Amino acid sequence: MVQVTKADVRRVAHLARLTLTEQEADAMTEHFTRVLTYIEKLNALQTDDVEPATHAVTVDAPLRPDRVTNPPNPALVQTAPARDATFFKVPKVLG
Amino acid sequence: MEYETVIGLEVHAQLLTESKIFCGCSTKFGAPPNYHTCPVCLGMPGVLPVLNQRVVEYALRAALATHCQIAPHSRWARKNYFYPDLPKGYQISMYELPIARHGHVDITVSECSKRVGLTRIHMEEDAGKSIHDAQSDASLVDLNRTGVPLLEIVSEPDMRSPEEAGAYLRRLRAILQYVEICDGNMEEGSLRCDANVSIRPRGGAALGTKVEIKNMNSFRAVEKALRYEVRRQQETLESGGHIAQETRLWDADREVTRSMRSKEHAHDYRYFPDPDLLPLVIRNEWITQVATTLPELPAARRDRLIRDYGLPAYDAEVLTARRDVAEYYEAAVRAYPAAPKAVSNWVMESVLRTIKDQKLDDALTITSWPCPPEHLGALVRLIQEGTISGKIAKTVFDAMCASGKTPEAIIAEQGLSQVSDEGALRSLIDHVLASHPDKVAEYRTGRDKLMGFFVGQIMKASQGKANPQRLNTLLKQRLTDTQ
Amino acid sequence: MDLFRLTMHEASRLLRQHQIRALDLTRAVCTRIRATDLTLHTYLTVCEDEALSQAAVADRQLQNPDTAPPLCGLPIAVKDVILTKGVRSTAGSKILADFVPPYEATVVQRLKAAGAIVIGKVNCDEFAMGSSTENSAFFPSRNPWDLTRVPGGSSGGSATAVAAHQALASLGTDTGGSIRLPAAFCGVTGLKPTYGRVSRYGVVAYASSLDQVGPVTKDVQDCALLLQAIAGHDPQDSTSVNYPVPDYQAMLPQGIQGLRVGIPKEYFVEGMQPEVEAAVRTSIAELQALGATPVPISLPHTEYAVAAYYIIATAEASSNLARYDGVRYGYRTPQSDGLTTMYERTRAEGFGAEVKRRILLGTYVLSAGYYDAYYLKAQKVRTLIRQDFLRAAQECDVIATPVAPTTAFAAGEKITDPLTMYLTDIFTIAVNLAGLPAISVPCGFDNQGLPIGLQLIGRPFDEVTLLRAAYSYEQATPWHTRTPPL
Repeated sequence: MVQVTKADVRRVAHLARLTLTEQEADAMTEHFTRVLTYIEKLNALQTDDVEPATHAVTVDAPLRPDRVTNPPNPALVQTAPARDATFFKVPKVLG
Repeated sequence: MEYETVIGLEVHAQLLTESKIFCGCSTKFGAPPNYHTCPVCLGMPGVLPVLNQRVVEYALRAALATHCQIAPHSRWARKNYFYPDLPKGYQISMYELPIARHGHVDITVSECSKRVGLTRIHMEEDAGKSIHDAQSDASLVDLNRTGVPLLEIVSEPDMRSPEEAGAYLRRLRAILQYVEICDGNMEEGSLRCDANVSIRPRGGAALGTKVEIKNMNSFRAVEKALRYEVRRQQETLESGGHIAQETRLWDADREVTRSMRSKEHAHDYRYFPDPDLLPLVIRNEWITQVATTLPELPAARRDRLIRDYGLPAYDAEVLTARRDVAEYYEAAVRAYPAAPKAVSNWVMESVLRTIKDQKLDDALTITSWPCPPEHLGALVRLIQEGTISGKIAKTVFDAMCASGKTPEAIIAEQGLSQVSDEGALRSLIDHVLASHPDKVAEYRTGRDKLMGFFVGQIMKASQGKANPQRLNTLLKQRLTDTQ
Repeated sequence: MDLFRLTMHEASRLLRQHQIRALDLTRAVCTRIRATDLTLHTYLTVCEDEALSQAAVADRQLQNPDTAPPLCGLPIAVKDVILTKGVRSTAGSKILADFVPPYEATVVQRLKAAGAIVIGKVNCDEFAMGSSTENSAFFPSRNPWDLTRVPGGSSGGSATAVAAHQALASLGTDTGGSIRLPAAFCGVTGLKPTYGRVSRYGVVAYASSLDQVGPVTKDVQDCALLLQAIAGHDPQDSTSVNYPVPDYQAMLPQGIQGLRVGIPKEYFVEGMQPEVEAAVRTSIAELQALGATPVPISLPHTEYAVAAYYIIATAEASSNLARYDGVRYGYRTPQSDGLTTMYERTRAEGFGAEVKRRILLGTYVLSAGYYDAYYLKAQKVRTLIRQDFLRAAQECDVIATPVAPTTAFAAGEKITDPLTMYLTDIFTIAVNLAGLPAISVPCGFDNQGLPIGLQLIGRPFDEVTLLRAAYSYEQATPWHTRTPPL
């Protein structure tokens, strides 16, 4: 039985920049515990000599030539929720 | 208690490619905000990275130039954190399997040679820029720089003084410039440096607590910051305090390192292999092909100049610090091979000074030299042959820079040929001595210093063109003769 | 005849013979959508005006049937995680509720180049995370066979659109079974191609090493036709392979004489709905009657697939979804006091509960101290699962299994227990971990009239054999002609 604490959940929530209500944090703690306990079954497998699977495709990495193929595109800022001329605008980091 | 300083440097070099590392946007500096962007480098939904071949080629050049072992397989990794200048919420970098490892850079400090190890070199993408608006509570984000390719070069903690760190940084920059992958400009940010500094009792084996120093924006700042930090750590330990493992910023105005506002959580970057990019395979054929494109590197060139031209180490060091200067020097020597040391003096004193004054060395490759190297070679020849004196040569040099004409042309136009002809000199001597009989008499009573006066007068009479060596000989003879 | 009931290949023939017009076909589909969608909730966006003008263009092209492109005039629905230029693409999420992309997915470009008409964007579980389409931020979709039941997910809308004839075909995505499961629950055909066969560029990423775009269609021939249009190398996707695209339709009628069909014992477990097992076993007998040879095989690491998947997929998702931060596009929280709260509230308000669960789990398994125990371990187990299939490939040409342990469950039944929901994918998930192609075809109905799906799993990049086997089965059975009474 994997024991996950609410503090673990809060730490991870901060890393993922997600606020959780008390209720959500409780539910998440329980969910984590259940899922991670289920996942423990993997420990039954001996994998010391097994290579981790990286990519399904085993070909050389594709490379592109060093050429500018995109024209200037300041219009892409138009999807921004807030902008200042062609800057993206965000709240400052506070102390 | 005597302390030993341990310094490691982490350098980020912006690579001089046309397009970004994972998309076809331009890397050109100075465009209006968010001009050189596309869905890929903006981290829009559903986009995917595609690797720029030249970035790998440049990494291979750097790896070869620093004698690294190149990994046949290297892997891209995601470094996850949140910041507005990091659109995807992760940076594509390399973690467990970098492209190169275990290299070295040789430096010279106070005539001592030392080898600084390189732990690793890897490629990654640059982030954008945030401007913090002082008036409002907003930050403005420009993502032009996002996706510009960077090389991260991590040294072993092999440096034992700020001077060694400075020497390492300068040598590394020279190497990157030599292989033409980075213009090495710290003030503009194309070369960035963070340091890890610790101290330990001399003779101790264990490392002291490491402090990271950031925000050093020039070579001098690096050396100053390191000197300050070493002193700070020593004073802390000597007064019974302890060194906190932290990141400190160099404050260039107050010339101190300051602790960064501490964050509740240390960074947990959750590195994992990037599933959107396949492992990078480097075959020997590619390495061999890149090796053939490498120029002669600074250390080898320096040694060759010492060996082939008999130059002192100092000269060779200065002349090979930049590849274009080294080429200039050798072109000048080819024009006049008989006096490489004299050519060296001229390049170091006059050519380099002019370049520095006119800030021509900001460019990766200097294209507008004060004068062509062949003309400089000719100038030195004319001095060595006695056609002009060293003093007159300075005038000729300035005229060469201003007009672009050959030294022969200038000498001819301005009639600056040195007077070396014995007859001409003798008559000048006679004329001047005859004009100052009292001084001649004084000289004969033992006032040797009056030689200078006579020489000065003859120089004036000859408009500076009298050949000083010949003049001295003949004048001495004349003054002795009439005794 | 209701034009909207046509398959793609039938409609194409009639269009080229000038027996019907593209404009009429598109109009018929639009009318059908209007008549049924208040009940089914398939569509998030219908592109009627644009579709009609595309249909007019198609009719002009069809005047010369020999040069008209392969999918000319055919209305196709697109799952909302697949970006369409100038048309709202939400990924089923509030955080992209108003996102209108200025670029589009390669697969959409290829559809358009093939002359297809994008009729609209269909509903899905938010960010493709789910097995029932109940996680859509907008509304749940309904199973056309029984409106009280789920259509499956995450490509629920893609399946309901096809089953209810609200489009002639659709594109979905499959990360752990998200095409095959809804296809099975809705009685249609759905294919997940080999990983790397189809471009992922412009498809909102959930789990990058598992996601694939695939066709959801009324029959196998349509499936081959649609796959033909979208398959192939894309220089914008570094994980797409540069292998030639074969002719997927040519070999369809060749039959399956001598085809070896693997029957893995681990896929016939306790707790399966009896009618599901019975239907699948009957299907295997049918395949045998058609000339195939059943071969018992073992895929011993099957029981570990769900656990490995939920580590790898959530880890990749936690990173892929970090870009939804309210800075450059999408939803941003209206009130915040500083950057950190802007991020936290935007994401808390913009993401639904299941997405948050997966982001947090993924963050956890990658966090300091846990990487080896979870992510690395799961990737090693993934290798073992792949090796199972590689060994099996020496003994058989395709593998036959059920798609799900049950037929469509009731709306609301599993949504409160995520782990139970995750286990719905138990038969489909290993295929994604191994990167193999797999297809779901209808193979019967349960006692309540709910469709049952047969899964066939193929060798890497051998969709030709897979489609041939599926076609043979389908043509010998009536299931693909059955349609919900709507």
